[in-house]
Amino acid sequence: MKYNSVFDIIGPVMVGPSSSHTAGAARIGKAARNLFGKQPTWAKIHLYESFAKTYRGHGTDFALVGGLLGMETDDPQISKSLELAKEKGLQVEFIEDSASANHPNTVRLIIGDDKEQQELMGISIGGGKVEITELNGFELRLSGNHPAILIMHNDRFGAIASVTKILAKYEVNIGHMEVNRKDVGKEALMVIEVDQNVEDSILQELQAADHIISIAKIVS
Amino acid sequence: MFRTVAELIEKAENENIPISEVMIRQEMEVKEKTREEVFSEMEKNLVVMENAIDDALKGVQSVTGLTGGDAVKVQKYMKEKSPLSGNLMMDAVSKAMGTNEVNAAMGIICATPTAGSAGCVPGTLFAVKEQLNPTREEMIRYLFTSGAFGFVVANNAFISGAAGGCQAEVGSAGAMASAAIVEMAGGTPKQSSHAFAITLKNMLGLVCDPVAGLVEVPCVKRNAAGSSLAIVSADLALAGVESRIPCDEVIGAMYRIGKQMPSSLRETGEGGLADTPTGRLLKEKIFGASV
Repeated sequence: MKYNSVFDIIGPVMVGPSSSHTAGAARIGKAARNLFGKQPTWAKIHLYESFAKTYRGHGTDFALVGGLLGMETDDPQISKSLELAKEKGLQVEFIEDSASANHPNTVRLIIGDDKEQQELMGISIGGGKVEITELNGFELRLSGNHPAILIMHNDRFGAIASVTKILAKYEVNIGHMEVNRKDVGKEALMVIEVDQNVEDSILQELQAADHIISIAKIVS
Repeated sequence: MFRTVAELIEKAENENIPISEVMIRQEMEVKEKTREEVFSEMEKNLVVMENAIDDALKGVQSVTGLTGGDAVKVQKYMKEKSPLSGNLMMDAVSKAMGTNEVNAAMGIICATPTAGSAGCVPGTLFAVKEQLNPTREEMIRYLFTSGAFGFVVANNAFISGAAGGCQAEVGSAGAMASAAIVEMAGGTPKQSSHAFAITLKNMLGLVCDPVAGLVEVPCVKRNAAGSSLAIVSADLALAGVESRIPCDEVIGAMYRIGKQMPSSLRETGEGGLADTPTGRLLKEKIFGASV
């Protein structure tokens, strides 16, 4: 089921005016920031359908940027995020994309700094709830209901086993897991939703495991 | 987890507990939390709602100037005249509109189930409270009962205007409030479901057509409609009036209607009231002629 908590319905506490276009947008921005692991210095933000048509009225623009700066949905500073971004050295560009999308509230966030970049697609499904549907070209379905670990790895036998073995050793239970690859033997992405937050020491051990390229975690 | 209203009612009846209790127990189980934790999390939301209404009754104005001040007007009218629809009704309407005025002014609110429809549940709660004199716990339970019904709608249909039109937002919010009023007034779980169905039936087909794409016109006044209808449906159900179409089927109808709605009527600010001469003029004034 898409919604699993009463607080998805009664909540979130947020700065107005729209749960999907403001609070949801802030959460997608924050997820992108968490996955990038640091503050980006530039962001190209592609907006689709209802997001593209109404983003200024709904404050979708400042909410996304607020999220990229690490703000929560109820941060009173969020409406000033566009000015704050300038102060903090984050350059932002909004693109109203006329391409059609599977969901009416869709955004593609391409963010980066002088070293690397990341591309993420998110949808805001209503009441402030969001899903991350694509990361760096990999399709995924991340609900944000649970903490998750994202692991870029090489598509080799044993890569998945080495990860799950480490998680089992620390008694971390896996609630949902999916694996995607670009092609046989190429770069692949493991997405693992777990029941509790994973300690950094476990992440370091995962990072050192065979065939692992990089790791990011999302706190729910 | 309950998936339908029928399952929700069955659980409540079999265990002889109110709907709020079914929701509380499920939340404790799913999130592995204690009763105290779940209650205190909900109480925080209640406090946010209370503060938003307090702010609204002092008078707020949105940045565009399109909305604000109507909640205060209605309160003044209630004191000076005697409203045709009664004080309780107008109190609910004023507090529902007020919550949405705060939302439009980018104040802090609690989405129930969304921000655009955030007035219906607290507006009715803080109005019926004057007559029913609930305890603090009963007020928190009101939110769990609302949430239980919203949970079913969100999982079987939608709660956002962009996905299903205003029927999915104010329709759901008003219907959730109806069900919660019934429980607070001492009605049965089944009566809650009839009240919910009656409100949602009367909101079917309502489109999302915000002027200039802003959550202001007609959103603020639609919360007046949602909250007043919530009280009427609750009274009907408490009087023993039943919905001929069961709750889950009404939710199913709402889903199919939303799926048939063109995107111009789903929160794009392109059709309906947004596309009236005045609607277009307001948009031009706010964003300039180029938009």
